[in-house]
Amino acid sequence: MIVADLSYRELEQRLAGPGLRLRTGPLVSLIRSRLPAVVRGISLLYAEYPTDDAGGFADFRVQVDRPRNLRRWLQPQAHFFSDGSVPFKPLPLDQAFPMLEWGLNWCVSSHCHQYLMFHAAVVEKSGRALILPAPPGSGKSTLCAGLVNRGWRLLSDELALIETGSGRVVPLPRPVSLKNASIDVIRVFAPGVAISRPVHDTAKGSVAHMRAPSDSVGRALETARPGWIVIPRYEAGLAAALIPLSRARGLMRMADNAFNYSVHGRGGYQVLAQIIDQCSCYEFGYGDLEEAAAVFNDLAA
Amino acid sequence: MSTAPVPWIKAALQSPQDLVACTLPQWEHLIHQARRANLLSRVAENLREHGLMPRVPPSPRAHLAAALVMAGAQKEAVEREVALLRTPLAKVDVDLVLLKGAAYLIAGLPAARGRVFSDIDILVPRHKLAVVEGALMLDGWSTTHHNPYDQRYYRQWMHELPPLQHNARRTVLDVHHAILPLTARLKPDSTKLLAASQPIAGEDRLRVLCPTDMVLHSATHLFHNEDLSQGLRDLADLDSLLRHFGQEPSFWDALTHRAVELDLARPLYYGLRYATRVLGTPVPAEARRQADMGRPSRLGIRLMDALYDRALQPVAPGGVGSRTPLSRQALYMRAHWLRMPPLLLAWHLSAKALRREENPRPGAA
Repeated sequence: MIVADLSYRELEQRLAGPGLRLRTGPLVSLIRSRLPAVVRGISLLYAEYPTDDAGGFADFRVQVDRPRNLRRWLQPQAHFFSDGSVPFKPLPLDQAFPMLEWGLNWCVSSHCHQYLMFHAAVVEKSGRALILPAPPGSGKSTLCAGLVNRGWRLLSDELALIETGSGRVVPLPRPVSLKNASIDVIRVFAPGVAISRPVHDTAKGSVAHMRAPSDSVGRALETARPGWIVIPRYEAGLAAALIPLSRARGLMRMADNAFNYSVHGRGGYQVLAQIIDQCSCYEFGYGDLEEAAAVFNDLAA
Repeated sequence: MSTAPVPWIKAALQSPQDLVACTLPQWEHLIHQARRANLLSRVAENLREHGLMPRVPPSPRAHLAAALVMAGAQKEAVEREVALLRTPLAKVDVDLVLLKGAAYLIAGLPAARGRVFSDIDILVPRHKLAVVEGALMLDGWSTTHHNPYDQRYYRQWMHELPPLQHNARRTVLDVHHAILPLTARLKPDSTKLLAASQPIAGEDRLRVLCPTDMVLHSATHLFHNEDLSQGLRDLADLDSLLRHFGQEPSFWDALTHRAVELDLARPLYYGLRYATRVLGTPVPAEARRQADMGRPSRLGIRLMDALYDRALQPVAPGGVGSRTPLSRQALYMRAHWLRMPPLLLAWHLSAKALRREENPRPGAA
């Protein structure tokens, strides 16, 4: 069963009651919320995702709701709960859906130490993963959104999960987060793709989420072998170009963007070294998304 | 198997073989409860030691494996810090006396298996506090509390320096000169604790509290701590220590005598009461009879039972709005009441209430 099999009313009831068991890649999140913005976001962006019935196993149990106090009447806020704990400060109510997305990222990055985790977007073509590790603001999500609209499969726009035994990338395809100018860039670049209504004045500026392509959602259990590590940098007017990077520097850039490298100790280094050995590493500057997509299609050819 | 939360954790801690029959929803419940209680890695360690991991279904097993990876990293980090802390302390001629988790680990006690460590706790003589702080600052440790009120709170009233953090390694160190605040009603004498501390075999200037004192500190910590969210983890520590040291028959007599000597008969009474009630810790009848001297009034016990039985439960599956947080709030107040005289308490709580908190906001990364 997928989320779209539920009517809007049923989705609302499930979220308000027992919770929606939403499967994204290897993980199932049990989500509860009475907030209309959350129901709308899930209905728009997660329509094709599998939903499990009760009786299975949820990796995370989260809730986004108004607090039960007087504050609900005055500048209403949304709280994120994960298993009864509150990892973040509340946000204004209209940021409830982005808050759910950030909260789910937090659940993965703070608990899933069975994986080596990097702050990176990952897309795949012909079985090889293109890993884009980069700090926020580098144009990583925009590039990722662009590539998945030009034939690449989305593995994740935010979290590269590496299986420590095989060194393969485990997909976690979820909606792609778009910020500020990127929202309109993608609207023009991929007309017709579903994008949620932008939420303004968040910690990251204006934020909207793009629906993951159906093919990526359907193939969410297919892992991929790392093929390229590319450090992206967006700069207006820049001609798209790949500049080769030494493997040693590639390793350092990956380590800079690791969530739990130190947790894995020596084993983490060995897995990372194994990944680097099978990858070509580049820096990549770009100013135009169409040009960028052409460069990567050549790279994968 | 019962669906009540504590028996689950109890089974996970004491009879892990019972867990392999769990259904997926039961596993879901257990994993989330154990994580909330900071006991997931201990449960995982128990399953691993019994060779039961392959019999756990893949989804919950992934969480257990993740918890073991994290616990292993924390164990290594604590061992490394303990090794590194010896140099600055030796320079000012002070022995490194470890408390709580780090002590269990270095002393090789079962209480350290799969334990989560948040910081390292050490005990130093009060008259050496200034030189120790100086030596640690030269070694790269700085204070984490820059607010003048917090500095005064710790230095004038508490039993420890404001927590220190290492500038490069980011580890957190609590330097204690006592096991209870200076303002607390009970006054265990730290010189007695230090005098009875025991060396770690084959290690120079590295010590831990003697078995009775380790147990008494664990009980005191649990029943004077304002943060009961870690209550079940602390109780699991106490349970493990009692099961280990209690195998030696002379231990129990020594424990109750030492409790009187250190002015800790009340915390010991509560410790034994809730360890047996919640986790079924075996305590000989004679030891329980002797510990009764720390027993509060009948009404006091009924109130405490009501509060602790609730507060020591992991959070109910409903998550938000269950009664557990209320009992934790009551115990937060009680812990403060025990730690400070009333006027000082009123002053301290109003100072905290009128201050803005600093907490992370999501999406800032």
